[in-house]
Amino acid sequence: MRIVDVSKIENAVRELSIETNRFLGEDIKSALEQSLDKEETETGREVIGQIIENSRIAGEEGIPICQDTGFAIVFLEIGQDVRLSGDNLKDAVNRGISRGYREGYMRKSILRDPLTNPVNTGDNTPAVIHTEIVPGETVKVTLMPKGGGAENMSRLGMLKPSDGLEGIRSFVVETVELAGANACPPVIVGVGIGGTFDYVTLLSKKALLRKIGQRNEDPGIAKLEREWLKEVNSLGIGPGGFGGRITALELFIEVFPRHIATLPVAVNIQCNAARAGTKII
Amino acid sequence: MNRIRIEAPLRDEIVSQLRAGDRVLLSGPVYTARDAAHKILTDLIAKGKPLPFPIRGAVIYYTGPSPAPPGKIIGSAGPTTSYRMDTFTPMLLKAGLKATIGKGPRSDEVREAMKRYRAIYLGATGGAAALISRSIVEAEVIAFGELGTEAIRRLTVREMPLVVIDDCYGNDLYAIAREKRIQ
Repeated sequence: MRIVDVSKIENAVRELSIETNRFLGEDIKSALEQSLDKEETETGREVIGQIIENSRIAGEEGIPICQDTGFAIVFLEIGQDVRLSGDNLKDAVNRGISRGYREGYMRKSILRDPLTNPVNTGDNTPAVIHTEIVPGETVKVTLMPKGGGAENMSRLGMLKPSDGLEGIRSFVVETVELAGANACPPVIVGVGIGGTFDYVTLLSKKALLRKIGQRNEDPGIAKLEREWLKEVNSLGIGPGGFGGRITALELFIEVFPRHIATLPVAVNIQCNAARAGTKII
Repeated sequence: MNRIRIEAPLRDEIVSQLRAGDRVLLSGPVYTARDAAHKILTDLIAKGKPLPFPIRGAVIYYTGPSPAPPGKIIGSAGPTTSYRMDTFTPMLLKAGLKATIGKGPRSDEVREAMKRYRAIYLGATGGAAALISRSIVEAEVIAFGELGTEAIRRLTVREMPLVVIDDCYGNDLYAIAREKRIQ
C-alpha cells in the first residue's frame, strides 16, 4: 500500500489547468502541420496556419490558446493499492482548478445555477470528475478543459439494433455535418458505441483522450476510424468552416458490449483547440 | 495574400463592395457583446432608451475574452458561436449595426435582415484567440461591467483577419462550401 496525500493531486490539477490551456499538444501541432499539404483551399491553408501560429503566440504571451478555457473535466485513475490521505479528494481537485484558473488568468465560464441565476462561480469550479479504481499504486490525473462551442454540437443517439453499422456511420457523419463551423473545425471526432445511455457518452469523451494517429487496437474498429475520417473529410466544411478538405484531424471510436435491445451511439466533438494533459503521481 | 482593408465604423459604400468569401483586415472600434449583453441592448431599444455605444455603422464582436494578465490589455479573444445571438440581431441591424463578427451560420431571419439593412457577417477563426488578441490595440469596458467576461468592451483593432461569411446580397460562404463537397 502506498499513501498519497491529496495535496499532490491538487497541485497536479493546478499545473494541468495552466499547461493544457496554454500549450497545444505536440500531436495536434504536427497533425495540423501535415494537414497543410492535404488542404487544397487557400483560405483553408491560411486558417490552419493561423491555428499553428496561435499556439506559438499563446506560449509566448502566456495567454490561453482559446479564450474559452472550458469546463474542467478531470479523469482520476486511482490505483487500488493507494490510500489517499489529507483532505476530501473532490475538494482538493476543485482547489486545484480554482488556483490554476485564477493564477493562470483563465476565463471562468461556470454559472452556479444552470436554470435562472447567472451567477458565475468565480473560479471555474466545480470540475466534472470521473473516478476509476484501477490496479496498481499510482494515481493518474488527466485534465481536459472542454469548450462550450464544440460540446454544444455533440449528440447522443439511441439507435435501433436493426440500424446497424450503416445507421451508426450516418449518425456520426451527420453529427459532424450539423456541427459545421460552430465546432471550430478542424475538429476531432470522439465516437462511443455500445454500453448504456450514460456510459456511451463517457466512451465518446474518453476516445478524445487518445493521441492523434493512435488507432483502436481492434483492427476492424481501426479500419472504421480511417474510413469514417475520410468520409467526414469529404463534407467540404473545411478549416474554420470556410470550405475545404480538412474538416477533421482525427476520428476515434471506443466500443463496449451492448444490451440486445439497444444500440447507443455518442459523438463528442472536440474543437481544434483540443486540450488535455496527464500527470502520474 | 489578397486582403481587403476595411475601417470601422462601416459605411454603406464599403459594405456593398464586399462579397461572401472575401478576406478582410478590419481596423477601428469594435464592440464586444454576447448572450447577456444582447438581451440588455435589445431591451434598451424596445424601451426607446440610448445604447452605451453609437450603433450606426457599428461592428459587434461576439467574444468573451479571457482575463488580461499583468501588463497586457486583454487576454485571448476568439469568436464565440453566433447563432445564440440570432434572436436579438435583426433589431440591432434595424437600429444601424453594420457588421457582426463570430463563427457558425446565422438564421434565415438574420440573413434577411442583413439584406434589408445592408449589413454583413464576418467570420473569425475559432481557436485562433491568441493570434486575434494581437490585433487588439486598446480595450475598455464601457457597459455592464457586472457581467464580467460578458461585459461590453470597446476594442480598437488593427488589421484583424476576417472572412466575409454573409454579404448584403444574401450570399453565404457556408452554403457555398457545402455545395462544393470534396470528391
